[in-house]
Amino acid sequence: MADKILKKLNIKVWRQNSASEKGRFETYPIENISTGASFLEMMDILNEELINEGKDPVAFDHDCREGICGTCSLYINGRPHGPDTEVTTCQLHMRKFKDGQTITIEPWRAAAFPVIKDLVVERSAFDKILQAGGFVSVNTGGVPDGNAIPVSYDDAEESMDAAACIGCGACVAACKNSSAMLFVSAKVSHLAKLPQGKVEAKRRARSMIAKMDELGFGGCTNTGACEVECPKSISISNIARLNREYLVARFSE
Amino acid sequence: MSNFLFASIGKKFIMSISGIFLFLFISVHLTVNLLLIFDDSGELFNLGAHFMATNLIIKIVEPILGLGFVVHILWSLVLSYQNFMARPIGYLTKSRSVSSTWASRNMLILGSLVLVFLVIHIINFFWDIKFNPGKLNTVYINGGEIEDTYTLVASLFKASVIYDILYIIGGILLGIHLSHGFWSSFQTLGLNNRNWMKRLQRISYIYAVIIATGFAIIPLYFLIKF
Amino acid sequence: MSILESKIPEGPLEEKWSRHKSNIKVVSPANKRKLDIIVVGTGLGGASAAASLGELGYNVKAFCYQDSPRRAHSIAAQGGINAAKNYQNDNDSVFRLFYDTIKGGDYRAREANVYRLAEVSPNIIDQCVAQGVPFGREYGGTLANRSFGGVLVSRTFYARGQTGQQLLIGAYQAMNRQISKGNVTMYSRHEMLDIVKIDGKARGIIARDLVTGEIKRFGAHAVVVATGGYGNVFFLSTNAMGSNGSAAWQCYKKGAFMSNPCFVQIHPTCIPVHGTQQSKLTLMSESLRNDGRVWVPKKKEDVEKLRKGEIKANDIPDEDRDFYLERRYPSYGNLVPRDVASRAAKERCDAGFGVNAEGKAVFLDFKYSIERLGKDVIEARYGNLFQMYEKITDADPYKEPMMIYPAIHYTMGGTWVDYNLMTTVPGLYSIGEANFSDHGANRLGASALMQGLADGYFILPYTIGDYLADEIMTPRIDTSSSEFEEAEKAVTGRIEKLFNIKGSKTVDHFHKKLGNIMWDYVGMSRNAEDLQKAVKQIRELREEFWADVRIPGELNNLNPELEKAGRVADFFDIGELIALDALNRNESCGGHFREESATEEGEAKRDDENFTYVSCWEYKKEGQDPELHKEELVFENVKLTQRSYK
Repeated sequence: MADKILKKLNIKVWRQNSASEKGRFETYPIENISTGASFLEMMDILNEELINEGKDPVAFDHDCREGICGTCSLYINGRPHGPDTEVTTCQLHMRKFKDGQTITIEPWRAAAFPVIKDLVVERSAFDKILQAGGFVSVNTGGVPDGNAIPVSYDDAEESMDAAACIGCGACVAACKNSSAMLFVSAKVSHLAKLPQGKVEAKRRARSMIAKMDELGFGGCTNTGACEVECPKSISISNIARLNREYLVARFSE
Repeated sequence: MSNFLFASIGKKFIMSISGIFLFLFISVHLTVNLLLIFDDSGELFNLGAHFMATNLIIKIVEPILGLGFVVHILWSLVLSYQNFMARPIGYLTKSRSVSSTWASRNMLILGSLVLVFLVIHIINFFWDIKFNPGKLNTVYINGGEIEDTYTLVASLFKASVIYDILYIIGGILLGIHLSHGFWSSFQTLGLNNRNWMKRLQRISYIYAVIIATGFAIIPLYFLIKF
Repeated sequence: MSILESKIPEGPLEEKWSRHKSNIKVVSPANKRKLDIIVVGTGLGGASAAASLGELGYNVKAFCYQDSPRRAHSIAAQGGINAAKNYQNDNDSVFRLFYDTIKGGDYRAREANVYRLAEVSPNIIDQCVAQGVPFGREYGGTLANRSFGGVLVSRTFYARGQTGQQLLIGAYQAMNRQISKGNVTMYSRHEMLDIVKIDGKARGIIARDLVTGEIKRFGAHAVVVATGGYGNVFFLSTNAMGSNGSAAWQCYKKGAFMSNPCFVQIHPTCIPVHGTQQSKLTLMSESLRNDGRVWVPKKKEDVEKLRKGEIKANDIPDEDRDFYLERRYPSYGNLVPRDVASRAAKERCDAGFGVNAEGKAVFLDFKYSIERLGKDVIEARYGNLFQMYEKITDADPYKEPMMIYPAIHYTMGGTWVDYNLMTTVPGLYSIGEANFSDHGANRLGASALMQGLADGYFILPYTIGDYLADEIMTPRIDTSSSEFEEAEKAVTGRIEKLFNIKGSKTVDHFHKKLGNIMWDYVGMSRNAEDLQKAVKQIRELREEFWADVRIPGELNNLNPELEKAGRVADFFDIGELIALDALNRNESCGGHFREESATEEGEAKRDDENFTYVSCWEYKKEGQDPELHKEELVFENVKLTQRSYK
């Protein structure tokens, strides 16, 4: 448990100045990193050194640094959020790495997530999918009492399991097809498992899938990689539910 | 409907339905084939083959089956192309084996190899049986004259070690393809949930092992015995 | 003092809000379409306001600096949301929630505002349920509740340990629906850098597109600032890395008063700082104190051995452990309020009993409850928190005690607003954590979520109509006016000035230094001498910053260092104001502890005679001290008492 010092690491990182420019990998050596530091703290230290050397620091997305906002999005040594399970990049710690190791950091790669700068990608495609139907159509006010419609304990729990999605995009990054099915299915399941959301479940599944296809995400081939790499372990059984809702919607037309 | 067939889930639906159709075919096909090793005289197999060739239901199903293959292959190409286009720039490093099985990631390759095998298989047997009946001898069983399919098959397996090995590999490839394809088709149809996920995957493996050993055991039998 | 017109309605407490609603003006649907509203920030307050205003038919433009509105830091709230539903039949009521909140805030909040908050709280739960928030349920299908610190009833609704996330997603979904309908236009990765006033009224903002660096103008009939708190002045806090006080600070500089900035909440159970490479502190839910016992060793030699790693916590026998909360506060023990627990931890660590290498940590031990209840029970209650702790520290809290230390968490102070949530600038509103109104000197657990949503769903949509009803003849705001021109010029000038310093030290270097000054002199325990020292040091550091900061990259590109620099530049000013306010308030109340105002035992002593007011600071001009105005607090419904947890 006691923290050790990693004397030297090589950070091989994708550099790309803007969306329109070409990118390349650069390798930076970095020294004396505590194993107790988080991965993003290591990135802070690297950037501090780059600035002091007069270089442009590496741009990367991050915000809450406690694994809930879903902003951080680094593809580390071939895995979204790096070599640990059930963590976001900000929860990954340097004790998962060895002294002398080369760490390769890439941005999420998907046509629907174009690079903005270095490791920062544009994920507004996720917002657009949700805007297509990821909501319950109620206005503020004029709703029944919270206890008016009972919801079974199991349904609430299952809904919550799906609602835990943080929208980070690791599922798309992990999927060999850059499919957003786990993301879409999490929202469809979250709402379909509750009586309040069930009402428009079919319409929701249809319009969200149409939007997903339009935005250039790939199709699901059930490899299950998304579930394993999801920081919140969202199950691909949600994808089965999405398929069901969608097919029923299409065949009842 | 046309936009359904090309929507992401629509395409998967086509793959799944055509796939399930092919499971049925493969299961029946294997059952008949296994007759090869239970009767070295070939009588049993010949009867089975004759039944399959003359049965009305099978005759109706046959062209649909052909269509099933074509659809399964065509749609897999469309799907793969679109999935490929969804990631124009790939990753430098990948540790995919941590999160998914090799089979699930390589269905197109596996499918293509199975297709190559299928073409050889058709040239070897199906073509002659179907369109070149002159090449087949006939035998008399229970007073009726039927095609001696057994000799056609058995002689190939008895004569060529290379074909034996090819057919063993073909069976195994098909098995690997099915190990992902079987449960995946149910998942795609939405016939899955948290409880059934593990069960379906287990059934999928068992089915794949049965199919692979079933098909591989036939050439192996001839290889060892003759 | 006409400028501090709080507009609290007449009449008995319980009728004020409904009377007010029936007296204020309403805008017709046809006219709403012609009115633009800017909402800055998309946390619980901003997202719920944008959604509700969009539903009403206003044209809403919403802004956030994150890549998606869903990422606002409301998402990190764990425990729950309070509401006076009385579902548990434990004699909860609107009045009880009101009373608990006023008392918990150490009598430094407005009665009328707090009562209204309690009054609308049940509606929030109904609204969230209707939106599909998966609250915890009983097996019978009804909503479940848990209890929270400082109160005697069970009124906290929760969605596992992710209540903030689920409520925010609910509001975000409601906003998405309005975006899809075209009523709300979302500007993500846009940071508000200034407010634009025309003829004294707020008429728009200047924002920087964080991707292209472009400075843009946006006009509106009213501007709502919902940008959260300024806790990151302290560098290390439980806030998100990007959380900042700049939007509120620009409002202050344009004439909105800043109230009670020294009221900052320090949360007792955070994972301690380790080394110098740390960027942020992680909160562990307050609920842990229900089953954990807080202690430090009694003997200094044990402390030394612990720090050197020669012994482990479990090697110290019970008789050599100092359960200091139980010792000092026998009746409340480990469950004393946040401010008391935090100060007690600091007292022990300052006395040299801190248990980690840095000397800044105390133990939170679950050994006793595991012995009493079994590991299964503890795991069911806190499993996810224990796992989070282990991921971060690599230590197993089932086997050895957790180490915790207090950290900056929430800011009760903020922009002054009247009963309508309008600031001293007409047409400029402030909601959620950004305003000062509801929590007094100390916020109760699970009340922040309640306030954000109350303001956004149920208060602002009514009160903003009262102002906008007089604006229906005002045409769309023309952003080519001279006022916009000047504001844009000032913003561009400031950015270029910062960028062209081309000094030798990074933004973080200065931010960390500022954080140290704030923590050491304006932290948990304050005195006049330290505060004066802080003001002096902040001013010196600010000068150094403006002379020697180095900002790499380009102006017209994504440039996180440039963003940080602008925020840190404002943190110096905010930090200075916090210190000035703390200096002025020579009493101890809630999260603000002045050593000069303590009982003989070292407990906080409030001075109601001299300080029963809200401090309201008016910006003068650069280099000049701000002017203090006072809004006297009148308590007609509660009796002021000293808090005691002995």
